[in-house]
Amino acid sequence: MTDARSYYGRPVVKEPTWTWEIPVYFFTGGMGGASSVLGLSAKLFGNEKLSRTALYIGAASDAVSAPLLISDLGRPERFHHMLRVFKVTSPMNIGAWILTVAGGASNTAAALELLGILKPVKLLAELVASVFGPPLATYTGVLLADTAIPVWHEARHELPWLFGASGAAAAGAAASLFLDPDEAGPARRLAVGAGAAELTLMQVMEQRLGETGEVYKREEAGKAGRAAKALTAAGVAVLATRGKGSRGAQALGGALVCAGSMCMRWSVYKAGFQSARDPKYVVKPQRERARREGTKASTMPGESRGAADRGT
Amino acid sequence: MTSIMEPSGVPAGYEAWGDDQHARVGFFTDTSVCIGCKACEVACKEWNLIPADGQDFLAQSYDNTGELNSETWRHVAFIEQEKPLRADDGAVGLRWLMESDVCKHCTHAACLDVCPTGSLFRTEFGTVVVQEDICNGCGYCVPACPFGVIDKRDMKSTANMGHQPDLPSFLGKKEDGRVWKCTLCYDRLKGGHEPACAKACPTKSIQFGPLDELRERADQRLEKLQDEGWNGAQLYLRDPDDGIGGAGAFFLLLDDPEVYGLPPDPVVTTAFLGQMWTNMAAAAAALAVGVVGGFVFGGRK
Ligand code: SF4
Ligand code: SF4
Repeated sequence: MTDARSYYGRPVVKEPTWTWEIPVYFFTGGMGGASSVLGLSAKLFGNEKLSRTALYIGAASDAVSAPLLISDLGRPERFHHMLRVFKVTSPMNIGAWILTVAGGASNTAAALELLGILKPVKLLAELVASVFGPPLATYTGVLLADTAIPVWHEARHELPWLFGASGAAAAGAAASLFLDPDEAGPARRLAVGAGAAELTLMQVMEQRLGETGEVYKREEAGKAGRAAKALTAAGVAVLATRGKGSRGAQALGGALVCAGSMCMRWSVYKAGFQSARDPKYVVKPQRERARREGTKASTMPGESRGAADRGT
Repeated sequence: MTSIMEPSGVPAGYEAWGDDQHARVGFFTDTSVCIGCKACEVACKEWNLIPADGQDFLAQSYDNTGELNSETWRHVAFIEQEKPLRADDGAVGLRWLMESDVCKHCTHAACLDVCPTGSLFRTEFGTVVVQEDICNGCGYCVPACPFGVIDKRDMKSTANMGHQPDLPSFLGKKEDGRVWKCTLCYDRLKGGHEPACAKACPTKSIQFGPLDELRERADQRLEKLQDEGWNGAQLYLRDPDDGIGGAGAFFLLLDDPEVYGLPPDPVVTTAFLGQMWTNMAAAAAALAVGVVGGFVFGGRK
């Protein structure tokens, strides 16, 4: 078919107004949410050192997440308006609640751990943080998918999984940075497994998106995406082959996987702008669907009386 | 197609008005009589005190506004075509299409659905309006709108007649920072007046009224144009069965929507939200299982 028609090549949907804080938050929120689960699991399985490390990483990640989000707002002083309603049709609203609860809990737990007081309260806080951690790491995929940007909306099946895998990989990798190899086994295995899942999901998403996904080959999304794949693959390889034997190698692998996770977020973020900028990504699939399924948005002559009968 | 929590055909929140609920109103924009005078653009800017956003020469026919955005709530599109006006004209002619675009006041409005603060709301007239004293400029509504209507204003808030104090400079990267769009002249409706653009339109290309009356009128008009043999005439967003549940502001176009910069088959993104939440829950559960798996397989250290 011929290329899509447009109005002077102008975009149909608007590019997001979000700035760098948002993809960085996707990274910190993902890492924070997954770290809370890692921390509590380590505690239950009796690995105290890993548990404490993951607890602090989770609390710190959650703690920087909120200022990042507030700084992106057009009216930062009104950030609390997010919590004046509870609205399931708004992933951002639900996300604000999740971050408030998860971040509040993880930071309470970390503070009590530092002070060494109120053990039962601390355990309860860790439990709350790990219940809300996985949603914190995955809702951001829904946040992007619930827009009119083709490359995000059409990836609604993959994005929560991709972001969840990336958050888990970053959590395992971050804990590996601070621990001796003989204490970091589960964290390393998490980084390797989730990192491999992240790589696979990126590939699956790009493949399934077809023409819509070609923005992942171009411009900044392309560059960041290639960097993400290279860094994650290298990190996974180092952790899997050398991580157990040397603290240095384990730290290197952890750093690479974290960097890969951040680059992946940047790639997905930038892909949205590129997808919005070119009207063909909106027009072409919609026109094809309208042809296939009979156009719904336009009422052609001769159809109108039938439509009128259907009422308001 | 419904977005979650919305019964088909009825805008969410509309019925909550109870006794204060007013008949749903909207625009029927009949582009076949538009003469491209831009009186609507000017009337809108004047009535709503929209700040100036500079003058550009775009070299796109007579269009120097370009798009709907935070500073333009009515936008007249100009298209020059080598196409006969009548479907049965064999000879290729030249025709000049004009269309005054506006927020569609969707039945299933993505902007309203995704707004995390409740700033965007459904009025008693069935329209979609931003409460500027609530909006915190999160920007979620901007990429959610399938028509690219709503937009964030980044200009100095002093243009806002001094009602809003300037932000301290360390927060000052965006100096208004809220989103803006057509309110269907909510203030004028409350006073019993028609919106400024409809009032200013000299050809009745912009018609304002109760939505069911407008739909009837549009059906008759489409039939008439068909009888007269106009090329490409179609109603756009008139049908409550479309992907946004029908628009409060719909159009009669003389070519396919994409020619005017409109999406040919928009579907409100929140129609898939239930599916997305389920999918997320599964991903979140898998994450937890994966973390625990690292301990079960391979030991605790
Ligand atoms: S056209 Fe866009 S801004 Fe207007 S009501 Fe629909 S979704 Fe909201
Ligand atoms: S920018 Fe304002 S109106 Fe838009 S979604 Fe955010 S709070 Fe709601």
